[in-house]
Amino acid sequence: MGRLEGKIAVITGGADGMGASHCRLFSQQGARLLVTDRREEPGQKIVDEIVAGGGEAIFVGQDVANEDDWKKVAAATMEHYGKADILINNAAIASFKSARDATLDEWNLIMDVCAKSIFLGCKIMLPAMQAAGGGSIVNISSISGIAGMPTQAAYQAGKGAVRLLSKSIAVDYAKYNIRCNSVHPGAVRTRGTSRVMQDPGFLDAMLTSTILGRVAEPIELSYPVLFLASDESSFVNGAEVIVDGGYTTK
Amino acid sequence: MGRVDGKVALITGGAMGMGESHSLLLAREGAKVVVTDIDNEAGEATAQQIRDEGGDALFIHHDVASEEQWQSVIDQAVEAYGKVDILINNAGIVILKPNEETTVEDWDITMAVNSTGVFLGCKTVVPAMEKAGGGSIVNISSIYGIIGAPNAAAYQASKGAVRMLTKSCAVDYAQFNIRVNSIHPGVIRTPILGDMVNDEAAIKQALATTILERMAEPIEVSYAVLLLASDESSYMTGSELVVDGGYTTV
Repeated sequence: MGRLEGKIAVITGGADGMGASHCRLFSQQGARLLVTDRREEPGQKIVDEIVAGGGEAIFVGQDVANEDDWKKVAAATMEHYGKADILINNAAIASFKSARDATLDEWNLIMDVCAKSIFLGCKIMLPAMQAAGGGSIVNISSISGIAGMPTQAAYQAGKGAVRLLSKSIAVDYAKYNIRCNSVHPGAVRTRGTSRVMQDPGFLDAMLTSTILGRVAEPIELSYPVLFLASDESSFVNGAEVIVDGGYTTK
Repeated sequence: MGRVDGKVALITGGAMGMGESHSLLLAREGAKVVVTDIDNEAGEATAQQIRDEGGDALFIHHDVASEEQWQSVIDQAVEAYGKVDILINNAGIVILKPNEETTVEDWDITMAVNSTGVFLGCKTVVPAMEKAGGGSIVNISSIYGIIGAPNAAAYQASKGAVRMLTKSCAVDYAQFNIRVNSIHPGVIRTPILGDMVNDEAAIKQALATTILERMAEPIEVSYAVLLLASDESSYMTGSELVVDGGYTTV
């Protein structure tokens, strides 16, 4: 018996990295999925893999910063599944510049994809979650939403916005029987982080502060996300789950 | 297939309330369980229930404030099961008084059980966890270890100590492959609440800032304990997992 049996989960940024890992684990645990990503080919590939393995999933191409795309996702969710129990706001992009060096365009893009996207998702997916009688929203923030880091001005602001937006949603959506929590990963080995991880200075700095002294595999994030998505976390609301190997502890 | 199959778990304060619930859940997920408590009758009953369900459990009388008894408990656990993979420092007491009315005796006993008990557990268990090749320590702090509340001076200090002791141990024990995290429950329906459970005004006050507007059942904390105790949280150390229905969010 899976831990998400009977549940419908919408996962953004599911094409690879942590998002793909969440998709695989959620499917193994019995959830039926709607996977979104800006990149259609790898997104469809994850869905094909899940379906080939006996799971149920559909793919919808989506720019998470686009309101109309969110409406498309909500409509597809209702059409295929009639409800959404779980929303995993995972899609994001990073940029590595100080406030001095970041342009306004870069700021706007990061804030749109990291923060506005989650505002839109929590807003536009609400009717689908109400159709499920309530549910769980998991917003992927970052340790960059908690502790200061070098040259991540816009990314830190975006992830800080996610951290507090999650608490606001937790307060406002309790009446809909919807819980909302944030997850704060540390250094995780994904396609998105592979380039910056190749910078020995960056990796050394990360790992020096990481108690466990290593980078996480995506699955190590997927289990805490599963916990928050499932009914096992029925009394967890507005919380920040930090999965950083101890980075912010030190 | 249980989520803690093959592991040996030691749970202090396992006779009643949350400790009983954690003991039962970890046993159902495959762990051999050492239940300790000062209440022999109720503690033995928890162990017996685990055995009745087909699990493996042992009860040991245990005052967590006693270094001698900690050594004896660890020795007996290793003798029975060969190692300890999981330590749940759950035992605690509550004395509710404003600071000016708190006696030195109130302070000393609260700190001895709630803080020194956790220190001794984290100290004494290391060789038994090294036999397991590492492990996971879960310290039960409280939302009262995070935010202010009326009439709980000694209790707040003791739980604040647990919160930071946890981070200290997370830093120091990574070399032993031991992860250490804290859990911060909100208002949970357990015997420690005593007559308050029947006092509507007191309950209403306690729940005034709980977004979910209800008390939790112990099992709702046990699943969070299971996450941290199991290998599913392999990249979590030094983290605070708040299970409070949103109490500290508002």
